[in-house]
Amino acid sequence: MSLRFVARIPERRFDVDLEVPAGQTLALLGPNGSGKSTLLAAAAGLLRPSDASISLDGRVLARVEGGSTRTWLPPHERQVGLLAQQPRLFPHLSALDNVAFGPRSRGTSRAAARRVAGEWLRRVDLADLGHRRPGQLSGGQAQRVAIARALAADPDLVLLDEPLAALDVDVTPALRQTLRTVLAGRTAVIATHDILDAVLLADAVAVIDGGRIVEHGPTREVLTRPRSPFGARIAGLNLVAGVADGDALRTTAGTVVHGRTAGERVTDGSPVVAIFRPSAVAVYLDAVPGSPRNVFDATVQTLEPYGDLVRVRADGLNADVTPAAVADLGLAPGTRVRLVVKAAEVEICPAAP
Amino acid sequence: MSTRQHTATLPAWAFVPAALGAVFVLLPLVAMLSRVSWGDFWGLVTSESSRAAFALSMRTSVLSTLSCVVMGVPMALVLARTRFPGQGLLRSLVFLPLVLPPVVGGIALLYTFGRRGLLGESLEVLGLQIAFSTAAVVLAQTFVALPFLVISLEGALRTAGERYEVVAATLGARPSRVLFHVTLPLILPALGSGTVLAFARALGEFGATITFAGSLQGVTRTLPLEIYLQRESDPDAAVALSLVLVLVAVLVIGFSRRGRSML
Repeated sequence: MSLRFVARIPERRFDVDLEVPAGQTLALLGPNGSGKSTLLAAAAGLLRPSDASISLDGRVLARVEGGSTRTWLPPHERQVGLLAQQPRLFPHLSALDNVAFGPRSRGTSRAAARRVAGEWLRRVDLADLGHRRPGQLSGGQAQRVAIARALAADPDLVLLDEPLAALDVDVTPALRQTLRTVLAGRTAVIATHDILDAVLLADAVAVIDGGRIVEHGPTREVLTRPRSPFGARIAGLNLVAGVADGDALRTTAGTVVHGRTAGERVTDGSPVVAIFRPSAVAVYLDAVPGSPRNVFDATVQTLEPYGDLVRVRADGLNADVTPAAVADLGLAPGTRVRLVVKAAEVEICPAAP
Repeated sequence: MSTRQHTATLPAWAFVPAALGAVFVLLPLVAMLSRVSWGDFWGLVTSESSRAAFALSMRTSVLSTLSCVVMGVPMALVLARTRFPGQGLLRSLVFLPLVLPPVVGGIALLYTFGRRGLLGESLEVLGLQIAFSTAAVVLAQTFVALPFLVISLEGALRTAGERYEVVAATLGARPSRVLFHVTLPLILPALGSGTVLAFARALGEFGATITFAGSLQGVTRTLPLEIYLQRESDPDAAVALSLVLVLVAVLVIGFSRRGRSML
């Protein structure tokens, strides 16, 4: 189910034209008030733009021209699921009946809907808690039930509005892993401000700022070579791809990167990615003090101002250093350098599917 | 209730007017209880006219409460969930019976459904005479009780908000399914206490009833009317029937408290 989304709301300065290919997940990154929620609300049918053309695989959800509505499917006819920051489980229903609500609404018999719900609870690792009321669930468990509920309705498109933002940091890695599994092969848009959501869940990233898409491309490209100011602020992250090797990552070239695994179990040989900030990277010319675990030999390609610092790009890695350090080291394009990053600054996560 | 709490911020003198108010409310009840002639009590409350009044009161109050629910729930939904021009004004007018003297309501109903009323003539053509019938009692009670139900439901709907309804819609639930499986279950406690309040108001209705329906034994003479009439001829019967209404009121308060504690 591919999503075609064109909408304009002049009074909110919202003007977006976007496409999500079938089965892909798009991460929507942007500052607060940039239009992320507006986009999701328009796609779900909760907000009517003055101009819109929204379709799923050719099925028209909305067509509005100059304020006059040609087609407008109400939310319950769109087959578009919405998962918000808050789980919003129906407080008067058990977890199982919450998940069964979608299938029941589409006419499935009670027994069949409960079977589907039980299956989905199992997929989010809550098979035993179906009888509980929402008040008896932890925040993480409630959000898992909400994920199961959204997907049990079998939506053609899944919209996620900062689904992990309200949760305890302890439970987000496991929940992100669950999202990765259940979103695989589905068309989805996830609004987020967490770069990890984009890296781990999305095939493509769109950066929205001031109601406009300012950047759109494959995740790795946008996050490593951001062209928009917001993209650069949140991104410019160093991403090193490879396969898992114990607690570390090994690249195809054989370089081993040590880091933290954020509590996620990763089997040896499965694809993983190491992520670290440019500000965590130190630049040396040859002798490296101490015995750091991660040293990359590289050649400087470019130097560009980045706030008060200078961003050094060398063989696909970014390092932020002070102008004084640039002068002391005599950095220039072509300089051979050794980039050093502490293992504690590196996050190793399973790579996006 | 097992522990006593004293708040440090309440001035001690506030207890004096508070106690005065409590005495003011309770003393008349005590006074009435002291005048009940317990020996004749059973005979008085089971006399023919008493039983007729009680049965009529129950029948009409239940019917008018049902009408209140049937019209009041959709009214509250429309007021709480939609926006349209003139809505604020409409809300104020709908709640008018709350502040209107019931006798004025009775006059208004008379000029609507009475013989020469706005709708009365058309109804008469259809062979329907409403004024001074049991139906008039139900209309009068519904008129005064409806705002009680609407006001408590509208508040509950606004407090509950639309977030669950939006979720239900994105899960594919049609509006009717959202109403019966999400909205109404969420406001069930308020619906319970609002219904009890409407019932109590209907049961106590006097002014609009006597104006619009008259006082015909077994047809329009409800318990409050019976008490008012007996007060002249048989004060003991009036007191005994009043006690019956007090008991009903106590039960009603018990029900609505339970409804609220479910929230």
